[in-house]
Amino acid sequence: MVDSSVENIDVRPVNKKENRALFAKREKIQPKKARGNFRRLKWIIMGITLAIYYITPWIRWDRGESGPDQAVLVDFARERFYFFFIELWPQEVYYITGLLILAAISLFLVTSLFGRAWCGYSCPQTVWTDLFIFVERMVEGDRNARLRLDKEPMSISKLSKRVLKHSIWLVIGVLTGGAWVFYFADAPTLLRELLTFEAPVIAYSSVAVLTATTYVFGGLMREQVCTYMCPWPRIQGAMVDEDSLTVTYHEARGEPRGPHKKGDPWTDRGHCIDCNQCVAVCPMGIDIRDGQQLECITCALCIDACDDVMDKIDLPRGLISYDTYAGQFDSDPDRKLNIRFIRPRTIAYGLILALVGAVMVFTLFNRSVLDVNVIRDRNPLFVTLSDGSIRNGYTVKILNKIHETRQFLIEVKGVKGAQAWIESGPPLGLPILVTVPADALSSYKLFVSAPSESLQDKSSDIDIVVADFESGETDVRTTSFKGPER
Amino acid sequence: MSDKVEKDEITGTDTTGHEWDGIKELDNPMPRWWLWTMYASIVWAIGYWIVMPAWPLVTSYTSGFIGYSSRGSLEQELAEASQAHAADRATLLTMEFSAVKNNDQVYQFAIRGGKSAFAVNCSQCHGSGAQGSPGFPNLNDDDWLWGGNLDAIYETIKYGIRSDHDDTRIGDMPAFLTDELLTKEQINDVAEYVLSLSEERKDMAAVDRGLEVYMENCASCHGDKAKGNRDFGAPNLTDAIWFYGKDKDIILRTISRGRANVMPAWTGRLDDTTIRQLALYVHSLGGGE
Repeated sequence: MVDSSVENIDVRPVNKKENRALFAKREKIQPKKARGNFRRLKWIIMGITLAIYYITPWIRWDRGESGPDQAVLVDFARERFYFFFIELWPQEVYYITGLLILAAISLFLVTSLFGRAWCGYSCPQTVWTDLFIFVERMVEGDRNARLRLDKEPMSISKLSKRVLKHSIWLVIGVLTGGAWVFYFADAPTLLRELLTFEAPVIAYSSVAVLTATTYVFGGLMREQVCTYMCPWPRIQGAMVDEDSLTVTYHEARGEPRGPHKKGDPWTDRGHCIDCNQCVAVCPMGIDIRDGQQLECITCALCIDACDDVMDKIDLPRGLISYDTYAGQFDSDPDRKLNIRFIRPRTIAYGLILALVGAVMVFTLFNRSVLDVNVIRDRNPLFVTLSDGSIRNGYTVKILNKIHETRQFLIEVKGVKGAQAWIESGPPLGLPILVTVPADALSSYKLFVSAPSESLQDKSSDIDIVVADFESGETDVRTTSFKGPER
Repeated sequence: MSDKVEKDEITGTDTTGHEWDGIKELDNPMPRWWLWTMYASIVWAIGYWIVMPAWPLVTSYTSGFIGYSSRGSLEQELAEASQAHAADRATLLTMEFSAVKNNDQVYQFAIRGGKSAFAVNCSQCHGSGAQGSPGFPNLNDDDWLWGGNLDAIYETIKYGIRSDHDDTRIGDMPAFLTDELLTKEQINDVAEYVLSLSEERKDMAAVDRGLEVYMENCASCHGDKAKGNRDFGAPNLTDAIWFYGKDKDIILRTISRGRANVMPAWTGRLDDTTIRQLALYVHSLGGGE
């Protein structure tokens, strides 16, 4: 008799390591529900990540009169990105580059330490697929019930289950797309507009597209997205080494595998009783006992399934566990998991991470709230005036990055006897006082004239100094003052 | 190359019979998704013919159900853009020039419109930066032949100078040699005098003789002090700006043969809004009075 407490499942891994053709027709994977620590951890992470996604746009943040009160907002119309206390202008998009570098390096570091932890727990594809499978299980039952249902001829009951499942999936899709657009406009206003059909077309089409992708990726394609569409499984091969954690079947302990009768000795055989529980729970359709393979997202559900079996047959847990490649062939069940956190690879990733992070934080907190750009006229390069003096034109752009109106003094230095004025007004004494509205860019046409005698060369350096009238914060732009050949 | 179709043992698929250096091509069907994409494209194309303009006919073309044309769409967009500025346009037409400067919305509208109108209509002579060239005034500087305030600039653009419009302004620089009003020597003397107004000359006797010739023949337009006269478009001869250039040869040529450059009248070619935009734009270039 086979060990009666463990169900032996007749399951064939869809993505069996051997015998895979270059093109394989898709077979639906019907993962069985797993119970255990990792499943619990995955529920928790799903809750946290979904909460972050849905709640973030609704967090308010006071920015006074001239800014929106939404904490996280990508404001295309006003060309700003708001993130709590940070407000970025389009020309500061390098912070986004920095964030992307940080994200990439973090992913490398986590991967080299813990394998594909991102894939297994927090990737949106994994989170939403998990959610969709949960819905499927609620409506149609667990693996066996679903397999039965698939084989049944169409009936009222089957149809209603199918309709209910797909409807819930679509609702999740709409909510996903719906939450996305709130990051790009004032959430409460947009929600009201969406419900009263007054929202912009782009909002509806964004919701529609994201509904479709969520439904198709999470409900229909699932593991195919990870296996065929995502580049990350390929890249991770370069991040993982023999010290990285992967979900590991301890072959030395498990083999030779075979059915086991209760009470039989465990000598001359392995601990794997070939119950196929690990295969049945796998959402990627692999057999972990074949070793690491591209499809494995290290979600650890097979660990839960196997631990459950080991408990029932009174063997120590951990026939399948997180382990390093190095530890895979160690048959000692009491072996302690030993992760080498400090390795050249992790040191390198850690250093890059710290460096980029430090640069980001430093520049962010020393970020100037005044930015000046000076563009000198090129056509004409200079103008000779009737008294023989030379005039140059400049476009001075002043960016006031705080939420208060500010006054600035514009001064010109470096050319003797220079006069400056704005637009076509009469030459006034320096400095010139201008007012820039809160959180805005103002552009001024600055004319500078200088007596011909004070120019040594056909091009002289000139400083355009912009100073905050109250705080004295100063920005200097050096440009050139052109004159005729001498 | 053989034409023998055979069955491939490993895949169970027929070959196409084509063989190159021992490499045989399997006769696999096209990927389904690809094929269906092609069918979908065919269906789309038929729908497109019905809905959109598609087939050329002898003198026209099939216009399609929704009657779209790219030209019509452009016209509609231009009309919309024009409509969007209708209010600014109306204000600009009725407002005093001096008041426009204080109305930022209308002023910006005028400057931008003026800039593009300038590029299309004026840059051919005055240059893309309005920097001018010999014979075509630089509009950036503070020297104005016919006046540099907004009303004067507006009038110049509208009616032109020596143009065919009835209200045009005319000022003639006579051809003193061609019309035998002065001798070559007198012209040389007066050129020496004109140059002496802005630099040291060696031949002071010629300068003195030139002064006499100047007072008799030139002062009526250019003024006793040679400061010019805007009523006749007579340039100031004492400043650093030379309309045709500062070389003595050029000055001799100007006096001998005269000058009569033409600025066309733009009324009738451009609407009044555009002319006003141009006046404001030219005025903003730095020399406006």
